[in-house]
Amino acid sequence: MKELICIVCPRGCHLRVDEEEDYRVTGNSCPRGAEYGKNELLHPVRVLTSTVRLEGSAFRRCPVKTRQPIAKELMLRAAKTLDAVTVTAPVRCGDVVLSDLLGTGVDVVATKDFPKTER
Amino acid sequence: MDYELIVIGGGPAGLAAAYAAWEKGLRRILILERDRELGGILNQCIHNGFGLHRFKEELTGPEYAGRYIEMLKATGVEAKTDTMVLQITQDKCVSFLNPIDGYRTVRAGAVILAMGCRERTRGAISIPGARCSGIFTAGTAQRFLNIEGYLVGKRVVILGSGDIGLIMARRMTLEGAKVLACVELMPYSGGLNRNIVQCLRDYDIPLYLSHTVTDIVGKQRLERVTISAVDADRRPIPGTEQSFDCDTLLLSVGLVPENELSRQMDVEMDRRTNGPVVYENMETGVEGVFACGNVVHVHDLVDFVSEESSRAGEAAARYILEGETAKEPLLTVENGSAVSYTVPQRIRPAGVDRNVKLFFRVNRVFGKAVILVRSGETQIACFKREHMAPGEMESVILPKTMLPQGGVLTVSAEEVEA
Repeated sequence: MKELICIVCPRGCHLRVDEEEDYRVTGNSCPRGAEYGKNELLHPVRVLTSTVRLEGSAFRRCPVKTRQPIAKELMLRAAKTLDAVTVTAPVRCGDVVLSDLLGTGVDVVATKDFPKTER
Repeated sequence: MDYELIVIGGGPAGLAAAYAAWEKGLRRILILERDRELGGILNQCIHNGFGLHRFKEELTGPEYAGRYIEMLKATGVEAKTDTMVLQITQDKCVSFLNPIDGYRTVRAGAVILAMGCRERTRGAISIPGARCSGIFTAGTAQRFLNIEGYLVGKRVVILGSGDIGLIMARRMTLEGAKVLACVELMPYSGGLNRNIVQCLRDYDIPLYLSHTVTDIVGKQRLERVTISAVDADRRPIPGTEQSFDCDTLLLSVGLVPENELSRQMDVEMDRRTNGPVVYENMETGVEGVFACGNVVHVHDLVDFVSEESSRAGEAAARYILEGETAKEPLLTVENGSAVSYTVPQRIRPAGVDRNVKLFFRVNRVFGKAVILVRSGETQIACFKREHMAPGEMESVILPKTMLPQGGVLTVSAEEVEA
């Protein structure tokens, strides 16, 4: 039996996951918590958020996120990979700024609109 | 009258309030924003976890702000950015300054105060030691990193375990900094549990509870920080010192509602929240002046800011279109045991639609507990909780039918025997 705090939402449910019983989760208030509890023991994942260099705008950085969660152990390498990425305005929220991050099949997308403007 | 409604501040509170007022029929609405863009603090909160209540999906801060900005684009709400409001008078004349209009005074039918809050600084908590560079509030470091693209340091100690500090521990780690410790004066964290897990534990960053910074050493730039354990009265215990060689100290030691304009116009303030006293519909003591979001009380979740601000926007529309709310009868809401504040502080049953949502914080950590609402000596409602902590805002909903016609409502929290 493993005790976890759910990070799916701000409620922070206190979960208990039973490894002996097919990773059965108790203490959750929603199905997403059950999924999190099981995943967290088998293959923990996280959404990565960061920024990339932005050209052609009054702003210097464009915020981005992975469209889906990626394996937790890839977080530091993934953040480093984004250091080499530059986008040029206009940028629309949802635009792919890097596809197939580290071979995960997950795209990195912009999370904000930037019209083309002078710096 | 130049505008039916002027909203002071274009962050999440101001955006939601203006949108709700438009939806309820107001057509001449102006938002005044100090920054160069709308969205407020959400623009630098690039992490995700926003919007689960409001939009039923997990968004980043800029995405959450973007939703509201898009919604407002479809309305005729006017917004002025780069605009500093200098004064608001009780008869709702708003004076502001910006590069396009210069200095201007406009008159409104109603005003919504949505100025948000700011961070407590080193001066507010009197940390001893050298006055070197390298000491930042967590939000300042966040703005440098996420908006300007500067990492403020490489070896970091964080004082305080508020959510912004926790988020910055993860963010700076991901950008290549080493976060050596997160130090919290209280025996419990001031942030959300999920942030302790996903920002500290995920990256093996130690959290020192019941500890504080007792010395800062550095000539030009910060070189070393000393921390000590504290006793039950929060006094440092000699002999428990440990030092960290670091170039950066981030402070995440609380937020203060930004109410210079409110005080200047003599809005009645609440010493517990440092925000205006508000009625059930978010109206302040000055008729036709409403307040919402972090300027009233500091929230943990933007979703609740939006919800509260929508109510303020709707109430402002009702005030303009239907006139003022009957002042009597009047209920006062007071702290009971273990409760540190309530919002609203006053309820006019005449202004309540179907129910009233009371927000409050408890002043210590609870396991299984009940929240009791009393009218005088009579208990009128009881709500069960599995867990409560000062870092997590609580709320209860009271149906209109349950409200007494006057007197004092007391909200208290009590432990339940297991």
